[in-house]
Amino acid sequence: MDTDLNSQDRKDLDKFIKFFALKTVQVIVQARLGEKICTRSSSSPTGSDWFNLAIKDIPEVTHEAKKALAGQLPAVGRSMCVEISLKTSEGDSMELEIWCLEMNEKCDKEIKVSYTVYNRLSLLLKSLLAITRVTPAYRLSRKQGHEYVILYRIYFGEVQLSGLGEGFQTVRVGTVGTPLGTITLSCAYRINLAFISTRQFERTPPIMGIIIDHFVDRPYPSSSPMHPCNYRTSGEDNGAAYPSVEDSQEVCTTSFSTSPPSQLSSSRLSYQPAALGVGSADMGYPVIFAGGLNAAHPHQLIVPGKEGGVPPVPSQPAHGTQADHERMVMCTPLDGALYSAATPSSSEDTETVSNSSEGKSGSPHDLLETIFVRKVGAFVNKPINQVTMASLDIPFAMFAPKNVELEDNDPMVNPPDSPDVESPLQGSLHSEGSSGSSTGNTHDDFVMVDFKPAFSKDDILPMDLGTFYREFQNPPQLSSLSIDIGAQSMAEDLDSLPEKLAVHEKNVKEFDAFVETLQ
Amino acid sequence: MNCRAEVLEVSVEGRQIEEAMLAVLHTILLHRSTGKFHYKKEGTYSIGTVGTQDVDCDFIDFTYARVSSEELDRALRKAVGEFKDALRYSGSDGIGQISLEFYQKKKSRWPFSDECIPWEVWTIKVNVVNLANEQERQICREKVGEKLCEKIINIVEVMNRHEYLPKMPTQSEVDNVFDTGLKDVQPYLYKISYQITDSLGSSVTTTMRRLIKDTLAL
Repeated sequence: MDTDLNSQDRKDLDKFIKFFALKTVQVIVQARLGEKICTRSSSSPTGSDWFNLAIKDIPEVTHEAKKALAGQLPAVGRSMCVEISLKTSEGDSMELEIWCLEMNEKCDKEIKVSYTVYNRLSLLLKSLLAITRVTPAYRLSRKQGHEYVILYRIYFGEVQLSGLGEGFQTVRVGTVGTPLGTITLSCAYRINLAFISTRQFERTPPIMGIIIDHFVDRPYPSSSPMHPCNYRTSGEDNGAAYPSVEDSQEVCTTSFSTSPPSQLSSSRLSYQPAALGVGSADMGYPVIFAGGLNAAHPHQLIVPGKEGGVPPVPSQPAHGTQADHERMVMCTPLDGALYSAATPSSSEDTETVSNSSEGKSGSPHDLLETIFVRKVGAFVNKPINQVTMASLDIPFAMFAPKNVELEDNDPMVNPPDSPDVESPLQGSLHSEGSSGSSTGNTHDDFVMVDFKPAFSKDDILPMDLGTFYREFQNPPQLSSLSIDIGAQSMAEDLDSLPEKLAVHEKNVKEFDAFVETLQ
Repeated sequence: MNCRAEVLEVSVEGRQIEEAMLAVLHTILLHRSTGKFHYKKEGTYSIGTVGTQDVDCDFIDFTYARVSSEELDRALRKAVGEFKDALRYSGSDGIGQISLEFYQKKKSRWPFSDECIPWEVWTIKVNVVNLANEQERQICREKVGEKLCEKIINIVEVMNRHEYLPKMPTQSEVDNVFDTGLKDVQPYLYKISYQITDSLGSSVTTTMRRLIKDTLAL
């Protein structure tokens, strides 16, 4: 049988089967991460996409798969299996699926290896992408979180289906004939989990057709960080995730420009691995090994909480499979796969960035705005050219209009451009605010007559929301809470106690009568 | 060569029509699309990369994977949107079917125009149901989701029979086999058409044949 296949074809076939097995594991595990997967199409051929499909390689998963294969390939009697199981927070576990990549003896000797087999393996991977979203475990995996997590285990050898319970069902993903045998990919899945899932694991379904998918990016990332006791290696990271999110917002704020949201998302995604500081320098995928198990223990792949649902990808692929590539001509950076994914949440990102920038950045900018507002308010009916900025010690004084009579120079109408380097969004917000506050009277003097912002003090000194916010951001402490006054009042109270007691003793009878009415 | 014909049937509520159709059509096209071909001088070619993305349905408990191509998605949404509108305006118990046909072009000599020879036709028969209350709608969400899972398994089973597929064309012939008009992926040449049956079902009172994808204008 082997002599019918020339050595080059044999080599190619072995390589195809090996990488097919690795990609199969990636597709299955990624489909059970609990998030939507998104990769980008590329019209230019790349050297890194096996089977012409953009399937990312999670290094830990590749490592586990290679460890399980141990240099062997699926063959007759030697199947590669990926077991997907569920583990509750109480520690109970249950096997959900077994995905099997098998080889049987039925050979197709006339098939062309480098062309037909390769294309059919590509088709089979597409089928796997479709089928992994269809088995019952998919919906369970999308809802994993505090109550349960999904684990995977890769093993090589004989298929073990006993853990699936009675009456499990099998779906065949597809087959590809090769000169060495027929590759079969199938899935055996537990069927009675549907009953369990509706009772225990599914959330309350929406009543009035609420589109639950609108929230899919929020609850899943926040709930996918597992139960704290499992989060050993990334426990600190989990704690650091929240300030790091703010940090990333700050960074995004300062680096934000008027570029389209896709660039904002990409900067956010590229920032995250550093911010989260997870074990692998390349990707935020801590693999938690459930303690106390033997070598063939299940692995839990956790995606740190984030929006967008796309795992960060290293700009430089750093795993062995890339080194094995000989097929294609060029390599393109894998971060090309990043950008399309975060689009659904990019508006969300923009929003959070804008909120953060409004709150955090640009206090000098607010000061500038404050001063100008006050000047306008203070000189409502006076010619503006009486105002001179030279006497004011303000930041960005160089951007202050030299001759204030020109409304073109007034930052309320035309905000200065240079602060855009730091907070351009603030600048744009500033301009929006000023246009609102000037009530559209851009050609007249700056008279804030009609506009009465909420919480504005009085007519004498009208102020805008920014000023109000700054002034009332740090209110003075309550006088009754200050120590001195508190001590004084305490002393006074103690002094007056005897007098009060005397009064109350006089009125004892009244108090007793009152108490009797209560009984 | 006989054209392979596959028929799928679904019963859905009105607001589920679009998502159910898109799920099925996208799954079929996922299998019937490749990366862009780049021909080299010596007659060989290299193939671009096809990305995929998951789509959650809003009105069905279902998620499907589709090709990452906005152009392709737009084309399908347009076709499905027209089908849905036709179906809904035909009557409250409308029955209709939408067909996805893969074809090859065969050059003919002048003055005859090129022939379109179908090699695979997928027909999805749709039965629109009306539901009375939210509880029924919730049950329908789940049931249609399960039904779509079965349909996806059916589609995958057909795809993996490895029956007839057009031969990989030379550079001069590629437009006879593939739709090369998209910038990121390359599906086989396809066209989508639909038919609406009225609620009586006895005769086709409205037959509308719209060729959404027609590379040849006659």
